[in-house]
Amino acid sequence: MSDVLVRASDLRVHFGPVRAVDGVDLEVRRGETLGLVGESGCGKSTLGNALLRLVEPTGGTVEFDGLDVTAAGRRELRALRRRTAMIFQDPYASLDPRRTVAESIGEPLAIHRLHRGRAARRSRVGELMEVVGLNPDHGGRYPHEFSGGQRQRVGIARALAGEPDFVVCDEPIASLDVSVQAQVVNLLVRLQREFGLTYLFVSHDLAAVRQVADRVAVMYLGRVVEIGAGTSVSGTPAHPYTEALVSAVPVPEPTRERTRQRIVLTGDVPSPADPPSGCRFRTRCPKVFEPCPDHDPVLQPTGPEQAAACHLHGVTDR
Amino acid sequence: MRAGETLRLLFRGPTAIVAAAVLVVLIVTAFLGEQLAPYDATATDVSNRLQGPSGDHWFGTDELGRDVLSRVILGAEVSLRVGAVAVGISLVAGVLIGLLAGYYGRWVDDVLMRLSDVLFAFPAMLMAIAVLAILGPGSTNAMIAIGIVYTPIFARITRASVLSVREEVYVRAARSAGAGDLRIIGRHVLPNVTAPIIVQTSISLAFAILSEAALSFVGLGTQPPDPSWGRMLAEGRGFVEQAWWMAVFPGVAIFVTVLAFNVLGDALRDVLDPRQRQAMATSGATR
Repeated sequence: MSDVLVRASDLRVHFGPVRAVDGVDLEVRRGETLGLVGESGCGKSTLGNALLRLVEPTGGTVEFDGLDVTAAGRRELRALRRRTAMIFQDPYASLDPRRTVAESIGEPLAIHRLHRGRAARRSRVGELMEVVGLNPDHGGRYPHEFSGGQRQRVGIARALAGEPDFVVCDEPIASLDVSVQAQVVNLLVRLQREFGLTYLFVSHDLAAVRQVADRVAVMYLGRVVEIGAGTSVSGTPAHPYTEALVSAVPVPEPTRERTRQRIVLTGDVPSPADPPSGCRFRTRCPKVFEPCPDHDPVLQPTGPEQAAACHLHGVTDR
Repeated sequence: MRAGETLRLLFRGPTAIVAAAVLVVLIVTAFLGEQLAPYDATATDVSNRLQGPSGDHWFGTDELGRDVLSRVILGAEVSLRVGAVAVGISLVAGVLIGLLAGYYGRWVDDVLMRLSDVLFAFPAMLMAIAVLAILGPGSTNAMIAIGIVYTPIFARITRASVLSVREEVYVRAARSAGAGDLRIIGRHVLPNVTAPIIVQTSISLAFAILSEAALSFVGLGTQPPDPSWGRMLAEGRGFVEQAWWMAVFPGVAIFVTVLAFNVLGDALRDVLDPRQRQAMATSGATR
C-alpha cells in the first residue's frame, strides 16, 4: 500500500479563458493533513473540488488510492464518492432547509445502501451525531433550529457517514464565530485520529492551517508555489510569496510582535485569464530578477521535506 | 417552512379566510350538487319559462323553464372539475419540463424552453380554440386545451427556481456524497421550488375556470344540456332585456370563484415568499 492516497499530476481546470488551476502536482499522504493556503481566487477550492472530480479537470490526472479518478466510469465514481467526502465553508448553505438533520446526515447511507433498514439507519445517524457532539434526540429538527457551529457539526457528521478515507475541508471554519472555530478544529483533529482520516484542509488563513496541518502547500494564481512540512514552510519560507504570507501573521508575543517586519505586496493579483509570462509571481515579487519573465519555475527541493518554485534556488523552466 | 406555520400566517388576515371559506362552500357544492339542487337541472318546464326570481325559483327560470339556481349549483361541479383537471395537466407537464430544462441546462433547456415559448407566444384563448378545433369541442377536450395553454407558465416558473436551487451548496453536497441526478432532482430540487408553484396553481385555477367559461360561451366547451356557467351566460345573453337573472347569476358565480382563487393565490404568495414572510413575522412579534 503506497503511502500516497491522492496524487494530482499536471492538473488543470480552466473555466473558459480563466485558468483556475493551471498545472498542479500534488501528493496527499495517507493519514496526514495537508493544508492548502492562498488568497481568494488562487484556485485552492477549485483544486479541492477537482481532486474529488466535483469539477471536471481540463487536463492532467488525479489518482485516488491507485484509481485514475479522471478516467473513472459511473460505477467507479460512485465507489469513490463513498470513500471521499467534503465539508463546506458555509454551514447555512450546505444543509438542505427542507430536510431534517437526520435525513441530511443519513443521505450518504441511503445513497450507498449502508446500514439498511430504518432502525439500523436511525441508530447509525444517532451514533454519528454523538461522535460530533450533537444530541442524537435532535435528529428530527431542521437546520434553521441550529446555530452555525452546530450546523457545521451536522455537515461533519454527514461527511463521516460513509466512513470515508479522504475528506476535503473547504474553509470549514472561515464562516464560524471565532469562539466556535477552535471547537470545530479540535473536533476535526480528534475525528482524524479516531477514524484514521486524511484531510485536505483548504484555507486562506495560514495561522489556522499551521495549527492543524502536517504539511502545507501554498497556491498562487493556479499553481502550487511552495510545499513542505508546516514548520518549515512557516519557519523558513523558501518562496517570496510564502515569506509575505508568513510575515502577515501576527505573533502572539508582544516583544516579537513589535519588531515583526511585514512584507507588503504591491499591486493586484494578475488575472488568471492572462497570467504573466515566466514566473507568475514576478509582477508582485520584491526579489524579482532577470530570469523571472522568461522562465517558468518548477517546484524544486530547497530543504528536507520542502520544495519551492522560485529561481532564487536555481533557474528552472517547465 | 412548516405547513402549520404557513397556514397560521396565511389565515392571519380576513381576506384569505373569506376566500378559503368561499372555496370550501364551492367544493362542497360541487360534490353534493345533485342533493343540493332544488330541481332537476335539465328538466324543462315550458309553462314556467323565463320566470323572475321568486320563492319557488330563487334565481328564476330560463327560456326552457329550467331552474337557474339548480343549474348554477350543478355548474360548480363542471367548472371546478374542468379547472382542476386542466391545471393538473399543466402542473405536471410544466413542472416536469421546468425541472428538466433548469437542471440539465444546455440543449435540453434550449429545446424545451423554445417549445414553451412557441406555445406562450399565442394568446391563451386563441391557442385553446385552435386546440379544440383539432380535437373537437367537449368538456374533456376543453380540459386538455386549457392544460396545454397553461403549461408554459408552470415550466417557466419552475425553471427559474430550479436555476437558483441548482447552484445551492446543499446540491453540491449531495453530489459530493454520490447522489445521482434523479435523487438530487426529487429530494433536493423539487422540495425547494414548491412555493412559487403552489402560488401559481391557485392563480391558474382562476384562469382555467374563466377559460372554461369562455370556451363554453363560444360553444366549444361543455356541451348542452350539461349546465356550465359559461354556457348559461351565452344562453342568457339573448334574453338580457327580458330575463336578466339568466345571465347575472352564472356571471356572479364565475366572478366569485375566480376572485376567491386569485385572493387566495395572492395571500399564498405573501406567505410563501421568504422575504415577505420575514416582514410579516417580525411585524407580528412587535405588535
